[in-house]
Amino acid sequence: MTDNRRPTTTFSTIGKSVAMIDAAEKTTGAGKYADDLSLPGMLIGKILHSPYPHARIKSIDTSRAEALEGVIAVVIGPDAPNPFGILPVGHDEHALALDKVRYVGDNVACVVAVSESIAEKALELVDVEYELLPAYFDPEESMRAETDLIHDNKPHNVEKDYHHAFGDPEKAFAEADYVAEGRFLANEVTHAAMEPHSTLASFELDPHTGKPGRLIVWSSTQVPYYLQHKLSLVLEMPMQQIRVIKPLVGGGFGGKSEVIPLEIIAAIAARKAKAPVKITYTREEVFWAHRGRPRTIVDLKTAVKNDGRITAVKARVVQDGGAYCSYGVVTILYSGALLGALYDIPNIQYDGYRVLTNKPACGAMRGHGTVNVRFAFESQLDEIAAHLKLDPAEIRRRNLLQPPCITINGLRVQSYGLPECIDQVVTRAKWTERKGKLPKNRGLGIACSHYVSGAANSIIRSDMPHSTVNIKIDRDGGVVVYTGASDIGQGSDTMVAQVTAEVLGCSLSRVHVVAADTDLTPIDIGSYSSRVTFMNGNATLRAAEEVKKQIAAAAAKKMGCAPEDLAFRDDSVKKSSITTDALVASALSTQPSVSGRVEGQILRGSLQQKRKDEGPKDSMSFEEAVVAAIDFHGALTGTGSYAPPPEARGGKHKGAGVGPSPAYSYSAQVAEVTVDEDTGEVTVHKVWAAHDCGRALNPVSVEGQVIGSVWMGMGQALTEEMVWKNGMLMNPGLLEYRSPSSVESPEVEAIIVESIDPEGPFGAKESSEGSLAATIPAISNAIYDAVGVRLHECPFTPERVLAALRTKKSAKSLNLTEGVDPTSPVRFREHGGALWFKGKGPERHALDPARRTIHAEGGAD
Amino acid sequence: MKKQLLELTINGRTHELASEPNALLLDVLRVDLGLTGSKRGCDDSSCGACTVMVDGTPMLSCTLLAASCEGQSITTIEGISEHGSLAAIQKAYGDWGGAQCGYCTPGFIITVKHLLAENPDPKDEDIRSALSSNLCRCTGYTQMYQAIKAAIDAEKKGLASM
Repeated sequence: MTDNRRPTTTFSTIGKSVAMIDAAEKTTGAGKYADDLSLPGMLIGKILHSPYPHARIKSIDTSRAEALEGVIAVVIGPDAPNPFGILPVGHDEHALALDKVRYVGDNVACVVAVSESIAEKALELVDVEYELLPAYFDPEESMRAETDLIHDNKPHNVEKDYHHAFGDPEKAFAEADYVAEGRFLANEVTHAAMEPHSTLASFELDPHTGKPGRLIVWSSTQVPYYLQHKLSLVLEMPMQQIRVIKPLVGGGFGGKSEVIPLEIIAAIAARKAKAPVKITYTREEVFWAHRGRPRTIVDLKTAVKNDGRITAVKARVVQDGGAYCSYGVVTILYSGALLGALYDIPNIQYDGYRVLTNKPACGAMRGHGTVNVRFAFESQLDEIAAHLKLDPAEIRRRNLLQPPCITINGLRVQSYGLPECIDQVVTRAKWTERKGKLPKNRGLGIACSHYVSGAANSIIRSDMPHSTVNIKIDRDGGVVVYTGASDIGQGSDTMVAQVTAEVLGCSLSRVHVVAADTDLTPIDIGSYSSRVTFMNGNATLRAAEEVKKQIAAAAAKKMGCAPEDLAFRDDSVKKSSITTDALVASALSTQPSVSGRVEGQILRGSLQQKRKDEGPKDSMSFEEAVVAAIDFHGALTGTGSYAPPPEARGGKHKGAGVGPSPAYSYSAQVAEVTVDEDTGEVTVHKVWAAHDCGRALNPVSVEGQVIGSVWMGMGQALTEEMVWKNGMLMNPGLLEYRSPSSVESPEVEAIIVESIDPEGPFGAKESSEGSLAATIPAISNAIYDAVGVRLHECPFTPERVLAALRTKKSAKSLNLTEGVDPTSPVRFREHGGALWFKGKGPERHALDPARRTIHAEGGAD
Repeated sequence: MKKQLLELTINGRTHELASEPNALLLDVLRVDLGLTGSKRGCDDSSCGACTVMVDGTPMLSCTLLAASCEGQSITTIEGISEHGSLAAIQKAYGDWGGAQCGYCTPGFIITVKHLLAENPDPKDEDIRSALSSNLCRCTGYTQMYQAIKAAIDAEKKGLASM
């Protein structure tokens, strides 16, 4: 299955489409995910969640639950009071609530029983006495809070706010020919990975004391190292006493890129119950764990000259971050840092507020921090183009960066494939020929986006390299790669194997990858910010080079030439000065025999041993060369590591640590849609998406990442929305949280653009997050081209499209929408379901204790 | 609840086991029989990751009582590969990026197996609607279509060479 559209390179496996090395495990169902694992004597844990958005815990009585037959232990907050959180500045979470609960779904207690059904029954026997507190749901109201703060040390419920000014924005706005201004609202979305979180924790018996010794945790996580670190904080155990193993993960998208409460609770429960404990979230619990993309208010102003050149951008961003910090500080910083880094913008004013509310915490989701501001920016840029009568593609071409350069906010840009991405989608979509000439209600929209290839500064600040990889080759000629990279379905194990096979010139089937097991694999800080190919790939490259040097030295001695003269390719080591065809005749073929068995260990007296002892020759099999080297060193090992260079670590202003990256990927997209004016439905026919990934190491995998990003962006653009009413999530299920099925999904043409990054492994950059953000504004711009309405609030549901069409026809906008018109939205609506109505939300159940005791509505509604 | 004796025929083998009357087929497969290939992805039978074949028809094993499947022939993902080697659809899903994280893949392969049994040469819309009850969060479905077409071609070539 060769990929013929792209220039053929001289590489042996890099650039060729390769099936994932764990594909068979997945297509046969043999591969094990966390919930597929079990241990003898394993108990099941079920978590009791808060039914209230904000309440103090006056007492928890677990006696009735503990008395139920089959219940082994009940864990509550005081069992593990140490706080934790993904960011060192945000250690504000407790595995189980200590003094108060802060959102509907907060964790209160965990029952551990011999079966799930008994554990569930016991949940109802845990008696918790709550004292309701006023709750905050709207971010702009929560920012003005004086009393009953969500976290006492966070005045006005503001987790963090930043105020940056680069260049002289005021002057630029004064001298602008035209200033566009508008408020944009992006509603809340979540990862909704297919695999619910699951964790199995088990203590080994300490052989000397008989007490619980080392802890082993199998967990569905993107960050085994950070999990190990937080477990050691909460359990007060040294990290080397904790082993974290990542089985197959059924999708992460950021939802598993921090420590989720069940992971700590399972470990505490295993310690208390003195038996292995497994906890698996229900789908509802996954929605409550959340850590998705915060609903965001973006007030955006852009100043331009008449020729379309952007001279200044002013953005005020308010993120409804939920009840805990999570990645909040990073998210609000990303929104500012990357807002100004796609185009050449000389003056930037940024005011970012990360606000706390009594809702599940938001964290990192694919495209972390850049998606909602990109929706605002690319929509407004389109409005400017219409105002200045410029073609939307052309106005983007007039604002491109001239790399290599440092942006005004200190971000280093080297390889910059955006121009070619724009050209590719403009030509493939026949943009110039068709724009404005399509049949009624059908339109084209264009937008661009980008993303980091890994955050240059790691979350836990240290001088430690971000990625380290070990390689071992022993006498069997098999190559074993030990990497901390966490494959969550994006194919990092396959990438590591491909890079190793390319450097060593051996076949992919010879490489075995051991990944994400803290006992065996060196530290890699995890799968987030699209860093794995760039950073772990570079570490793998260096480890393989180190081992290759040892093999080359030994082979060169045998063949009487200089090590540099040797070419490693097709499982053999040849003198590169001799043309390959002359060698083919004499080459010793150790291709895998029909049965796939590659020559085993070279034993004394064997045919290969005799050949090894002969004199110099022009080529050796990979295995012979390995054995020759082993005779000198014993098993060959190599270590490679990667840390981003200092010049890629960004500026000095406060908060400058977030945004810098060794390289950025770029994406340009054109969407073609039809809008049904009667029903308000938007149909996306096709999306052309060109993505600059530096070099496509595995084209089929890169295309899969680009298509998956565009598709997830389309989900946020059209159907996905978390619907809130008084802090209650109205649609915690995959039926109501409408992640698109195959019928709603458009055809996506992924176009790979290769700008060959100077520092990426074989020139590669990220390809799995950069293409998400552009889809949303591309669709909103296409809707404008189709029916002439500018939607400033996503998702563009039929209700919103209809409301916008009615407003455009200047009919009094029906009071169906609390008077909110999506073309100029004001605030988030707390509505009870898809249709907005002004009535009260669903009444609490008659027997609900809150209804009996508290009549006064406690919420600041 | 008192367990009852239950006889289930799964992937051609008969299993006799004691299980509670309210036991779901998915849990019996995963916990009692260790066939963990079928997955639970939701609470309300909306994701299709638990799809298994019951007498040739794809069914959601998360909303089927195990007791109701006595006397029926159940095929799970573990029973798809033929005599030890990958079925064409399994190989194609691997080669064409039909599976990324793989959590939804077992459900899709059962669904596609049924689609191709009913309609050996489906048009694009047939494939789209047949797959619409299984959710995937990684691939955006596009590469699954390529995988299915590749599997159809492989089957044709395979038959031609027979």
